[in-house]
Amino acid sequence: MGTHAVEEAAGAPAGAGTVPTRTGLLIIGASQSGVQLAVSLRALGFDEHITLLGDEDHRPYQRPALSKEFLQGTVESESLIFRSNEYWAEHNVDLVKGEYIVRIEKEADGSGVAHASSGREFPFKRLALTVGARARKLEIDGGGLDGVLYLRNADDALALKARVGDATDVVVIGGGFIGLEAASSLQKMGKNVTVLEFGPRLVGRAVGEETAEYFLQAHRSRGLDIRLNTSAARFMPDADGGKSVAAVELQDGTVLPAQIVLIGIGVIPNTQLAEQLGLAVDNGVVVDRFALASDGTTVAVGDVANMPNPVPGSEPGERIRLESVNNAIEHAKVAAYSLTGRREEYAGIPWFWSNQSDLKLQIAGLCNGFDQTVVRRDEERGKFSVLYYRQGRIIAADCVNAPLDFMAVKNALAKGQNIPADAAADPATHLKTITTDSQPH
Amino acid sequence: MPTVHFTDAEGAVRDVEGNVGDSVMETAVRNGVPGIVAECGGSLSCATCHVFVREDCLSQLPPMGDMEDEMLYGTAVDREDNSRLSCQLRLTDHTELFVTTPETQV
Repeated sequence: MGTHAVEEAAGAPAGAGTVPTRTGLLIIGASQSGVQLAVSLRALGFDEHITLLGDEDHRPYQRPALSKEFLQGTVESESLIFRSNEYWAEHNVDLVKGEYIVRIEKEADGSGVAHASSGREFPFKRLALTVGARARKLEIDGGGLDGVLYLRNADDALALKARVGDATDVVVIGGGFIGLEAASSLQKMGKNVTVLEFGPRLVGRAVGEETAEYFLQAHRSRGLDIRLNTSAARFMPDADGGKSVAAVELQDGTVLPAQIVLIGIGVIPNTQLAEQLGLAVDNGVVVDRFALASDGTTVAVGDVANMPNPVPGSEPGERIRLESVNNAIEHAKVAAYSLTGRREEYAGIPWFWSNQSDLKLQIAGLCNGFDQTVVRRDEERGKFSVLYYRQGRIIAADCVNAPLDFMAVKNALAKGQNIPADAAADPATHLKTITTDSQPH
Repeated sequence: MPTVHFTDAEGAVRDVEGNVGDSVMETAVRNGVPGIVAECGGSLSCATCHVFVREDCLSQLPPMGDMEDEMLYGTAVDREDNSRLSCQLRLTDHTELFVTTPETQV
């Protein structure tokens, strides 16, 4: 497919499957957003050759299961693969694995050459950065011991799986989504798990206090040892000069045995290449509404991108960096339009999910700036939702085992509708039935 | 080999051979069948892998769980009696399934 004959290497046969000397689009980062960008471009009829390049030795895969089903062994690695090899071949997308780009030279027209640490060069007409984020490291004594692990990519998950059989005690550092998902998985696998959270409540600012408190109680009632306002002072080896971790010493001197320490304290966007290119960087690569970086030609998508807040009704100039599958997908679609010369804004409402034990959290919208909450609690059926309002209008909801609430709020937000707070308070009421088009005064 | 016949909202048909144990959703996504989005990768969180199952195929499917049932109330195109989320449908040796994808999933 495609008409890229001019780009073919001299003497090479033209047609599908041949790799041109210069790719039409080089996508750095074989991630959720990188994959979606390639897929969306083909759906839009973009007919230039695409190179999808990643620094891992795996075919592009889905990350969410790494802390859950994959860790627990209920899905195989093959199930995490986004697309078959045949799909990529048929769609004239060249997958490049295991290449780490260290430097990019770029011209004003958007073309350039990317240099890999291996010495390979990747000339391109246009560039996309879908490089994501990396795990924030906890720099304390003993951080380099074997068994002190992070969970961001497939190799991290494989390293964790490899050690988990021999471990009895696990200390998870960080009470955010990754930490709680992994802690729940490891507890289910029979490990004695302790979660240390530096802050006064779980999940930081991603959810409101009611939801954080609900998760704290729910996990504790399921036997998880969660310690708030607690941080590790150092990791201790199994013997004097030993290589493997055996315990965690807390700031107050308490020593917890741990053959595995799993750290999940957030991520840092991978802005190194953007900085080297001289692009505007501020908590990620700064992009406009159309996913274009400050050079006007490079697109940056997903976890790495700092974009204008796409939620309808946001303050002008308000910016946000979202770390989610949904954002990777929707933002990639925006970038695909940009690269094909169209200007389409972000569609849909940001949403998130986190599965922890039998707690299925779904979040619709962004709760930033809420001034009122409505809690819907159905103890009998194990359902719990918090609805967030700003000036009488619904802006978000956290829903635990309550997909009807989640769907109702997500759909209302997408259509610009409201769910009046007073009517929503009764958990027996179906939110869908009280959704209204009218604006509050 | 198990086979799924996907018909899109315009009537175009795509026949895809799958692997025993994979879901209908995975089979669709990995092969680029356009009518299935599956944002959440099969963890029953997004309801964007909605399909309408041909009536005579319904009996070969596993029963619907409560979570799937509730999620189906939030699909982009309203559910029908033959609606399922394709991430919950596993292929077996004998699967020969005819499904139609909705006009939109989001």
